[in-house]
Amino acid sequence: MSSTRDPQLRDGGRSDGPEGSLQPTIAASSWPLWEVFVRARRGLSHVHVGSLHAPDAAMALRNARDVYTRRGEGVSIWVIPADQIAASSPDEKDAFFDPADDKVYRHPTFYHVPEGVEHL
Amino acid sequence: MYGNDFGPDRDGDGAATEIAPDDPDFLALIDADGRIEPRDLMPEAYRKTLIRQIAQHAHSEIIGMQPEGNWISRAPSLKRKAILMAKVQDEAGHGLYLYAAAETLGVDRSELVDLLIAGKQKYSSIFNYPTLTWADMGAIGWLVDGAAITNQVPLCRCSYGPYARAMVRICKEESFHQRQGFEILWTLSHGTEAQHAMAQDAVDRWWWPSLMMFGPPDAESTHTAQSGRWGIKRFTNDELRQRFVDMTVPQAQALGLTLPDPDLTWNAETGHWDFGEIDFTELFEVIKGNGPCNAQRMAHRRRAHEDGAWVREAAAAYEAKQAARRTKESTAA
Repeated sequence: MSSTRDPQLRDGGRSDGPEGSLQPTIAASSWPLWEVFVRARRGLSHVHVGSLHAPDAAMALRNARDVYTRRGEGVSIWVIPADQIAASSPDEKDAFFDPADDKVYRHPTFYHVPEGVEHL
Repeated sequence: MYGNDFGPDRDGDGAATEIAPDDPDFLALIDADGRIEPRDLMPEAYRKTLIRQIAQHAHSEIIGMQPEGNWISRAPSLKRKAILMAKVQDEAGHGLYLYAAAETLGVDRSELVDLLIAGKQKYSSIFNYPTLTWADMGAIGWLVDGAAITNQVPLCRCSYGPYARAMVRICKEESFHQRQGFEILWTLSHGTEAQHAMAQDAVDRWWWPSLMMFGPPDAESTHTAQSGRWGIKRFTNDELRQRFVDMTVPQAQALGLTLPDPDLTWNAETGHWDFGEIDFTELFEVIKGNGPCNAQRMAHRRRAHEDGAWVREAAAAYEAKQAARRTKESTAA
């Protein structure tokens, strides 16, 4: 297959080449990063398992299947462009999560249950 | 497993300001057996050490596909062929997990691939040895993957979260690699006289290079102390090498094969197997590029990268076309 390829076509399409009608808008070397989430089996939620590069969602799904589920690790896969995920900053870790720290009354163990009282 | 926590920082507040290699908060987290995650502050040397180590590890997985790929078309049965293909596919997968882990430290996979192809980053010296017979598939699985697992199991507790998580996955998958290698040698060893001799010959050739996989002796190792302090490396080269020898000797006995070391003796006092001196000049020669297959491995990797360029470009061009169509449709609607 590769021997019958027109070498000019190949050179023209190279992302670092000077020109060519096949020049992709996304350089082949920097396909976007996708985060991969796998549902291990029915009844469980999707869990982040890793990331990969792919030019589009369909390829990202196929590659995710081959990279992350070679041993039947999943029944469903989500791929999400990494740059579409908003994350809390590690720098504001304390301040951001502070509000939960002093609300121990949100836990059932905070409450006193008199001896002998059941099903509570 | 990885996640850049996520993507480049939008408002810049997470951009890592450099901290000192002995930053007290950083070391306290490591001492508490905590994990460093991608956007945490970390010493620049810690980041660089990890990039170098993870990249070298990833390159080793990718180059490591070649010695075994060499035998896929000549495997003795359909079962062996299917197993070997699965193993080589795993190695591609392991390379990808590791490149993704390295990327969380702020490098791009394509940069790392370029560094490998330019010969500026290394891969494990073991893959510069040729695979001459089918028994080499057994010896690689048993000895080379066995040594790799010994090295890698402690890395599952490495202080850098994404690397540790990649290693957990890799170690799980590697155990099949080692067993299938052992089984190949077991079958040959219990076959005809010629098959037994073939198995012995492969073990004779792969034993010493496998011991060299653990790196130079502790006294000469440049990375061990600092990596130990940072929780990247939990055991020294010599400790891991000894652990591997102790595990492997009884397995060789079970196989009915001998290890090519006349000095190999049980030391009742230490509770370990004593082994002969390793010729580290050979290791350094192979690392320098003078091993039997260095040039061949690199040439093949370059060729595969270049020959695959049109696929990467076609996929990118297709997506560009689809994206243009989506834009047009959404403006029309």
